[in-house]
Amino acid sequence: MTPSVLAGLTGAALVGLGLYGLILHPHPLRKLLAFNLIGSGVFLVFGIVARRGAAAGFRFDPVPQAMVITGIVVAFAASAIAVALILRLSVESSHVTLDPEVWTKPNGGDTK
Amino acid sequence: MSIRPFLDLVLASLVLGVAIFTITARDLFAAVVGYVAYGLLLAFVWIRLYAPDVALTEAAVGGGVTGVLLITAGKRLGAPNVSQEAQPGPGLKILTGVLAALVATALGAVILMLPDPPPSLAPEAAAAIDGAGAGLGNPITAVLMSYRSLDTMLEKVVLILAVMGVWSVGTDKAWGDAPAPLRQQKAYAPMVFLAQMLAPVGAIIAIHIFWTGANAPGGAFQGGALLAAMWMVTMMARLVEPPRVDAQWLRLALVAGPAVFLISGLAGAITAGSFFAYPSGLAKPIILFIEAFMVLSIAAALPMLVAGPPSEGQDQ
Repeated sequence: MTPSVLAGLTGAALVGLGLYGLILHPHPLRKLLAFNLIGSGVFLVFGIVARRGAAAGFRFDPVPQAMVITGIVVAFAASAIAVALILRLSVESSHVTLDPEVWTKPNGGDTK
Repeated sequence: MSIRPFLDLVLASLVLGVAIFTITARDLFAAVVGYVAYGLLLAFVWIRLYAPDVALTEAAVGGGVTGVLLITAGKRLGAPNVSQEAQPGPGLKILTGVLAALVATALGAVILMLPDPPPSLAPEAAAAIDGAGAGLGNPITAVLMSYRSLDTMLEKVVLILAVMGVWSVGTDKAWGDAPAPLRQQKAYAPMVFLAQMLAPVGAIIAIHIFWTGANAPGGAFQGGALLAAMWMVTMMARLVEPPRVDAQWLRLALVAGPAVFLISGLAGAITAGSFFAYPSGLAKPIILFIEAFMVLSIAAALPMLVAGPPSEGQDQ
């Protein structure tokens, strides 16, 4: 198995792991972390496409690699907006959750 | 028989192991620390894919700056009302596990069945680089600044839009004020010492990475991210505080990169015959000129995204 195929399969496994965490974690920041795992897994799949596209004297296809660099920065920008929204939500509601049932309970779901 | 395949296997299992830790850790802080380590390990995988430029970006932005963002967010959130939330039942866990495994397997199968011979834009990129970006030894920089320059310019616009998005989440009353400090308590002495030692050295390395990016791995993204990290280190040590969001210089720094890029692109329409084309012979100095302003914008935008929306009573 070549290193690039191994990296691609690692990326595929990371997407699965991230998806698992994204669905199951109740904490929004943990969901965001898991979503970033999915993102980096997809970037790795781009990495194997870039590596396989080696031609014209390059050991890689520079176009997908440049797209990944752009993608990493955009993914960070999106994460920053998500964090800002999560923080404001928790300030407004004093709850750290995305669960709609908590919002509809009479005393705000505060069972302490 | 070389040792490399073995090392690759160790690296892949390390990446997966740390990723599993990040997902399964009980504590948010532990998960974030795991994610930072994961970003650095991933950088090694990128080096193995002959992508040192991506490795630098992943280590700086994917691991470092995202880690600071999440740690700061976790600190600000505190830990209210998290434990009481209903944990998912075992049935849902198994179902989700099966779904995740299916998706991963399907993606893995696609990777093993990628078409042969592989499609590649490398010849087109090489031709475009020889034409317009002549003088750049680093093909990634040439693609970012010449062959796909519109993407790169728009990506800078996305950063500005993200900063606007984060700022607009703040309350009406706080508008114009500075974001809250990156840490509430007074910084302790080792942190201040680290910031005083690291920031000047880091700033010089950042400028070097930007400058060398024309010919070697590096470039505006990586240099800008490193410069941003140095600003954040000094803010975490409370040596400087986040600036007011209505500060003129801050807004100028934020828009400088895309503005200079766009003006140069429009100038190319007149001088070189097409939008975002560079006059031959002058391509390299023009690209470095644009990149210098992009470094400035990235170095201003990333810390502002981490610092968050303006917060009341931060009048400094």
